[in-house]
Amino acid sequence: MPEMTMLQAVNDALHVAMAKDDRVVLLGEDIGKKGGVFGATAGLWDKYGDLRVMDTPLSENGILGTAVGMGLYGLRPVPEIQFLDFIYPGFDQIVSEMAKFRYRSGGEYPCPCVVRSPSGGGIKGGHYHSQSAESYFIHTPGLRVVMPSTPRDAKGMLLASIFQDDPVIFLEPKALYRHGKQEVESGYFEVELGKARVVRAGDGVTVVTWGAMVPVCEAAAEKAAEKGVSVELLDLRSLLPWDADAVLASVRKTGRLVLVQEAPRTLGFASEIAATAAEKAIDSLRAPVARVSGFDTPFPYTLEHVYKPDAQRVLNAIEFVAKYD
Amino acid sequence: MTEMLQVLDAATKAQKLPLGLTADDLRAMYRAMVATRAFDQRCMNLQRQGRIGFCVPSIGQEASQVGASYAAPLEDWVYPSYRTHSIAILRGVPWKTLFDQLYGNGTDVVKGRQMPNHFSLRAWNLVSVSSPIGTQISQAAGTARAIQVRGEKRVVWTWFGDGGTSEGEFHAGLNFAGVWKSPCVFMCENNHWAISVPCERQTASETFAQKAVAYGMPGVRVDGNDVLAVYQAAKEARERALRGDGPTLIESVTFRLGPHSSSDDPKRYQAPELLETWKKRDPIARFQAFLEKKKLWTPAWDKQLSDEIAAEIGKAVDAAEQTPPPAVETLFDDVYATLPPHLVEQRQAVLDQIRTSGAIQDTGGKFPL
Repeated sequence: MPEMTMLQAVNDALHVAMAKDDRVVLLGEDIGKKGGVFGATAGLWDKYGDLRVMDTPLSENGILGTAVGMGLYGLRPVPEIQFLDFIYPGFDQIVSEMAKFRYRSGGEYPCPCVVRSPSGGGIKGGHYHSQSAESYFIHTPGLRVVMPSTPRDAKGMLLASIFQDDPVIFLEPKALYRHGKQEVESGYFEVELGKARVVRAGDGVTVVTWGAMVPVCEAAAEKAAEKGVSVELLDLRSLLPWDADAVLASVRKTGRLVLVQEAPRTLGFASEIAATAAEKAIDSLRAPVARVSGFDTPFPYTLEHVYKPDAQRVLNAIEFVAKYD
Repeated sequence: MTEMLQVLDAATKAQKLPLGLTADDLRAMYRAMVATRAFDQRCMNLQRQGRIGFCVPSIGQEASQVGASYAAPLEDWVYPSYRTHSIAILRGVPWKTLFDQLYGNGTDVVKGRQMPNHFSLRAWNLVSVSSPIGTQISQAAGTARAIQVRGEKRVVWTWFGDGGTSEGEFHAGLNFAGVWKSPCVFMCENNHWAISVPCERQTASETFAQKAVAYGMPGVRVDGNDVLAVYQAAKEARERALRGDGPTLIESVTFRLGPHSSSDDPKRYQAPELLETWKKRDPIARFQAFLEKKKLWTPAWDKQLSDEIAAEIGKAVDAAEQTPPPAVETLFDDVYATLPPHLVEQRQAVLDQIRTSGAIQDTGGKFPL
């Protein structure tokens, strides 16, 4: 099996998808000849040309609005928004159009579309190249929201997203694009949407996270183990719909829950998970639920390392809930 | 640039029927216009009687819409606005289907999920209507691009008003379609009003048609109350698109003779003289005069037509009104292709409440705009 970075895995998934089905088209800024600012679409324009790999005018609402029109017509558009921070001009096309077409047409006009976008910090990109905006989309009925953290999941979930019928916001944690390599199957395979991944089994504290916080939490879990605390680490992977069963099963086992997100705290997705644990597993909880998150500030440039949760901040939360009596 | 394409007057004087249209074509156009007006008048009455919640009349714009849409065969995709139901009427959508939507009842195609006039009619290639202005413009450009990707021969039409040209989607849609040379016709109905704001407050451009220049496409300004002129402009735009020469922007200059919606009163912002001026240019009356001259119209035929339409509409209203609302569980359908676990749970909670505490009361609510 070939070893790939997440970026190579995304690129490989797009090559596989386009070869498999000529309904798959790509559109976005600089995705053609240049192959994308991160290189995720490298080699595709050479193979498929302007009609299937479209360098668009510089307009996010245009990219998303035209992608909606392609999806309605029966194509499988995969628009790229260069940085998630740039997506807001097209927010209406996602939230009120792409997400609602199936419903508002009584099922007559499904709108399959996979919006790919690099998300989160880690590249010293300041406020406009670092945001974690997943909550806006998770709050939108009709969308699926996906954020893989490994090369294998990136490929398998991107293929699964392209070949199902709901619109998907596919968030790629750019901090992990070149984070490391993993063996990834060649050719077509899917990783099921809506299912969490157990990164590490344990019975002392449940840690739930997603995206670029997964390796941070792995490091924290390692340190916790050295201190005698056994962590069960779940990578949610799918944020809408999300795998509440997996989270609740783990919480019922450990009785202690730490939620880790890079996004700002207030109304972040961790809050929804905490509420669900409170509603459905309160009898199992033996400590307050702890949230570790970015702060309720804009994403900073120089002090990015302070803003983003690091292993120490996660470890502190793990130790707090582990010791709580 | 402020000139308008007009055909009716010259066609009235000419010997032959205009633009290759047959007597049957001309009568069909007239019928769709008259039927649209009857539909609008009936909808307003139903709303005033409290029988439907809301409606969006298109009175005064029948020529603009029917003329252009007569040039769009059924295989062409149309992205309508909420004021273009004449296209559905022209394409032969049954009255019952339209009134089911206005009543939001259990046989409504969209299962009671949208306000009146927000039709979705896939069998007639009419795309689901949105309320936010202009969203359909870039979508239409995308569908037109998809047609190119597939190498097919058909055209996409999208409808919006003078107000719609102020939205970012207008810029995006025309810009993308211009760059891609996509087979798309952008139908801007300048009906002079965006609710209460007059068209001269939407733009400092002399015309809406001239905006096309910036997108590298032809802009055609046409008398929107001259059904033959609109047909001609639309037909030429379609032929151009099919030739691979790209999109066209058509500004159809017309006038909204009624309110923005059943909740609006134009007397609060519109000079009565202006309304009177435009009433004299009523597109149905103008077309009727032409048909009479060509011996294609008689008062007896007109009466027969009106009676027929009124009877059909009356039957459809009765049937739609008697159809019960959608089943409660349909609330959760079609959010996704298949029902995800969290919606299964939420649906069950509603059904449990109804089982234990009885039906959930409809507390009503009136739409204010």
